[in-house]
Amino acid sequence: MRALRSIYLALFALYLIGPILVIAAVSFNAKKFLAFPPRGFSFRWYAEVFVANDWFTALKNSLFVAFASASLSVLIALPVAYFAWRYGLRYAKALLALGVAPFILPPVIMALAFLLFFTGIGVNGLMINVIIAHAIFLLALPLVTISLGLESVDTALIEASQTMGASNAVVFRTVILPIAAPFAFAGFAFCFVLSLNEYIIALMTVGFSVETLPIKIFNALRYGYTPVIASIAVIFMVINIVIFALIARFSNLARILGAME
Amino acid sequence: MQTSALSRYIGLIPSSVMIGAFFVIPFVLILLTSVSTPTDDGGYATSFDLQHFERFLTWFYIERALFSAGLCALIAVLSLLIAYPFTYFLTNFPPRTQTYWLIYILAQLSLSEVLIAFSWQILLSRTAGVANILVWIGVIEKSFAMTPSAGAVVAALVYLTVPFSVLLLFPALSRLDKSLIEASRTLGASPLRTFFTVVVPVTRPAIISGGVTVFVLTLGAIIVPQVLGKPEHWTLSVLITDQAIFNFNMPFASALAVVLLVLSATVIWLVTKFSGKKA
Repeated sequence: MRALRSIYLALFALYLIGPILVIAAVSFNAKKFLAFPPRGFSFRWYAEVFVANDWFTALKNSLFVAFASASLSVLIALPVAYFAWRYGLRYAKALLALGVAPFILPPVIMALAFLLFFTGIGVNGLMINVIIAHAIFLLALPLVTISLGLESVDTALIEASQTMGASNAVVFRTVILPIAAPFAFAGFAFCFVLSLNEYIIALMTVGFSVETLPIKIFNALRYGYTPVIASIAVIFMVINIVIFALIARFSNLARILGAME
Repeated sequence: MQTSALSRYIGLIPSSVMIGAFFVIPFVLILLTSVSTPTDDGGYATSFDLQHFERFLTWFYIERALFSAGLCALIAVLSLLIAYPFTYFLTNFPPRTQTYWLIYILAQLSLSEVLIAFSWQILLSRTAGVANILVWIGVIEKSFAMTPSAGAVVAALVYLTVPFSVLLLFPALSRLDKSLIEASRTLGASPLRTFFTVVVPVTRPAIISGGVTVFVLTLGAIIVPQVLGKPEHWTLSVLITDQAIFNFNMPFASALAVVLLVLSATVIWLVTKFSGKKA
């Protein structure tokens, strides 16, 4: 029984991590052609990401879009989650449900919707388009994490501070914000990572004018193999791991993911 | 001091405007475009024209829709089968180990579908793929490329969805009352028997809602079928992209999107109805 469990766990880990390890190995290949096990060892494909103008521009675009859309998304989500929780406003709750919807639908539906919308109003291919589109598409993440954070605020604390004469603004700043902030950060980080990796919405909003990394990678894939993609996969995996490790460090990862305290 | 009711609503104005302008309006645009009429200059005009849905009702597109649904159902089942035992073991790991695994799983889950498709392309290639391992252990004589094929699409899609399955099952399994397991063990049931007669039945709602979510998620996959499959493995999502980006046929793309929307909504509705518990 124990042996069976160990074999299963080993196979599962191999299946999950194996492909990533192969990509990592390929990314250190010294030669331009695809080979595994790698021939020689070199960092040149990593250097290429930062030296080659087109790859570096795509990386900068992606990071900027991810940062801006995650910030925007948190700004939109914060009042909705706050008013729904604090005053139980039915309107805020409806808004919350509406805000979660885009994330549940297959992304291509929202991508097409944004394409129709932006061509409809005649604003084509601006970077702000994809920033707004990602902020709306990923809105569910800060909405859910901030709501979770607010639920963990003890209402007795709020009543106590109000009895002591604190105004709403002071209560928000000194009681609610410190408890909810890590969860808002988690929402921001989730948004950031998913925006960074998102392809179809970026393609349909700005695909022909602004190249984000996933778009650039897909275009490169169609013209054949380049080891730069492997090094980007490794860089992205590292970015993802660092950000989720930060969430785990500053906020309660298991709780955000639905475990009990 | 109470904030006046009015000021609470004022605080919600910016968010309402953003959600209204950039979700509700674009969404309504899809519905309107799907029933619009093409004009002579290549555009389309608002009307109530069902010709794009009629075009969908040809065997080619019906077959694509059925194929998409079948593929997604297969992926959902495989993905849950692989992820379930792991998630069960995961919830019994020490907290620190649990966190490390969760971080890794989240990191892989967030990895762009483009990169997942790329890594499986390499994994299944002739020069660097698993076929070389088979040559090495002597199963086959010469390495060969395993893409494009249906098997490659399935393997990569399962790989894409397993992390989601783990996270979807995680809440139910980590909240599972451990005394149930102890009771079953004390009464003499083997661990395996306990697993199948206690753990699995108790977490049934999570399994069903997880399956639905993976199904809808796979419906959205766009790159894996294109990169690893032949055109006959393309799903509705790929066809929508193809119509919108390469054929500039917005009305037909919108009609297909409405079909995809109805398909996802029906599955979600059916399953939540019959499982008797909300996802």
